[in-house]
Amino acid sequence: MPSAEMKNRAELMDFDKALELFEPVLGFEVHVELNTKTKMFCGCANEFGSGANTNTCPTCLGLPGGLPQVNKKAIESSIRLGLALGCEIAEHSRFARKNYFYPDTAKNFQTSQYDDPICHDGSVTIELESGRLVTVEIERAHMEDDAGKLTHMGGATGRIQGADYSLVDYNRGGVPLVEIVTQMIEGAEHDAPEIGRTYVAAIREIAKALGVSNARMEEGNVRCDANVSLRPRGSNVLGTRTETKNVNSLRSVERAVRYEIQRQAAVLAGGGTITQETRHWHEDTGITSAGRPKSDADDYRYFPEPDLLPMAPSRDWVEELRLTLPEPPAARRKRLQAAWGFANLEFQDVVNSDLLDAVEATVAAGASAQAARKWWTGEIARLANAAGVAADSLVTPIQLAALIELVSDGTLTDRLARQVLEGVIAGEGTPAEVVASRGLAVVSDDGALIAAIDAALLGQPDVLAKIRGGKQQAAGAVIGAVMKAMRGQADAARVRELVLERAQAIE
Amino acid sequence: MSEITAEQVAHLAYLARIDLSPLEITDLTHDLGQIVDSIAKVSEVATADTPATSHPMPLTNVFREDVVVPSLTVEQALSGAPDRAGDKFRVPAILDEE
Repeated sequence: MPSAEMKNRAELMDFDKALELFEPVLGFEVHVELNTKTKMFCGCANEFGSGANTNTCPTCLGLPGGLPQVNKKAIESSIRLGLALGCEIAEHSRFARKNYFYPDTAKNFQTSQYDDPICHDGSVTIELESGRLVTVEIERAHMEDDAGKLTHMGGATGRIQGADYSLVDYNRGGVPLVEIVTQMIEGAEHDAPEIGRTYVAAIREIAKALGVSNARMEEGNVRCDANVSLRPRGSNVLGTRTETKNVNSLRSVERAVRYEIQRQAAVLAGGGTITQETRHWHEDTGITSAGRPKSDADDYRYFPEPDLLPMAPSRDWVEELRLTLPEPPAARRKRLQAAWGFANLEFQDVVNSDLLDAVEATVAAGASAQAARKWWTGEIARLANAAGVAADSLVTPIQLAALIELVSDGTLTDRLARQVLEGVIAGEGTPAEVVASRGLAVVSDDGALIAAIDAALLGQPDVLAKIRGGKQQAAGAVIGAVMKAMRGQADAARVRELVLERAQAIE
Repeated sequence: MSEITAEQVAHLAYLARIDLSPLEITDLTHDLGQIVDSIAKVSEVATADTPATSHPMPLTNVFREDVVVPSLTVEQALSGAPDRAGDKFRVPAILDEE
């Protein structure tokens, strides 16, 4: 382990002990990257994965003469997101410059919002695994543009510490973001880590349902900064908070909150003080490390952006947008679980695997809900994991519904269906086409089965004698041989029936 | 006279990454003080119900449709860069955020 990390590894207090002594107070800032076609203030493509610096122009590079123009779709998405979070939409809103020098922006400021955010005063109610409902108050949701991507080069660790130089790709610079800021969350208690994870999951789910973001955390579409402070039991004075950045998966949100509670509790119990600072979450080691202290660097000298005119979303427009809101994800989940009759664990499995849409579409295509669930969360998820891709990118709900139909009408056994699935994924056509081209249908012709069974029985006279003597369980050996001979394309139950019948009949 | 101090001017110069000589700091402290005093005069006539003006033109909601327009080529984008590596801008390592 590099020595810098040894230094960073802090002493931790047991979580339960920490909660005995202190009350955690939380706050979250979640950045949602909008999936508009173009950037926030220029017509450059908003695309993930393009060649470096291919989506830039004088405006997003901050070159002289560049003039920003507000993307109407981004405003629309921000308002819809705000409405879905129960926010008020401001009658007057404007952009502000947040001034700082760092090469992730070539403008030397981030175009953000300061005293007039577009959305304010909302709330989201989340349900924890225990059934506890927690209402998280939203202070504001404002618009801003994203920064470019830095890659630190050289040095031993590949991190900024010890790097020789950095490379910058400004494709992401200027991509529209909505930053959602919560009020302080008190009373979280032992649920604090789970509240963090569930809240971020809820924001992600809402953004996805609205279609305003691709909402993929692994691609950085949803990013979370977690604020944590502790105050001694019985005190009503807030403790000093830290802001942990770079928390970019749901699991990390939970781990980072837990880690900060345990770390801060150890510092405070040891007579130390918490420094108000930015900390970085390290996914690999599961720790946070100190970043820069909050000081000069946060003296951003905000002022109204002179190149952009204020916005005044008309009430008619806001109401028009309100009508486009989808069913709230939490309500939709309740409705679907009831309609499908899934047990809680079954339903959670679908939700956690992000397969709600897939199962719903498969059911709509005619499959039973249980069969759809089993395939998506079982075989398809397994294949997707192995391939490192999303399950719903492998097959379409219509293909799966057709496959399930072939199983339920007896054309395929589960085992054959798995082979057909592989063929469908390999692009060999619809399930029916794969059955035909690979010749995979169940052999339902008793004549062919009987021939194979007779051969197997005569090949194992001792087994035949046992079956005739009443030992039906001895039939297993023969069934195995027959299934092998039929290359699995037989219904095992029917084979068993016929084996018992033939054992008595053959000479 | 305003409350602008030489320390504030030096701090502001640091934030803006402007290198000022002691003489310039003295001059600017005086100049900025005058500006702040002048603005304070305006505040005297503005009543509490006068909203602060950030934009002098009575225009709002000037939007652009979400339509892609061609970007610069990589060569154009990098043409003003002091240094580059491949298709990326190359900058000195700055010890700050990871």
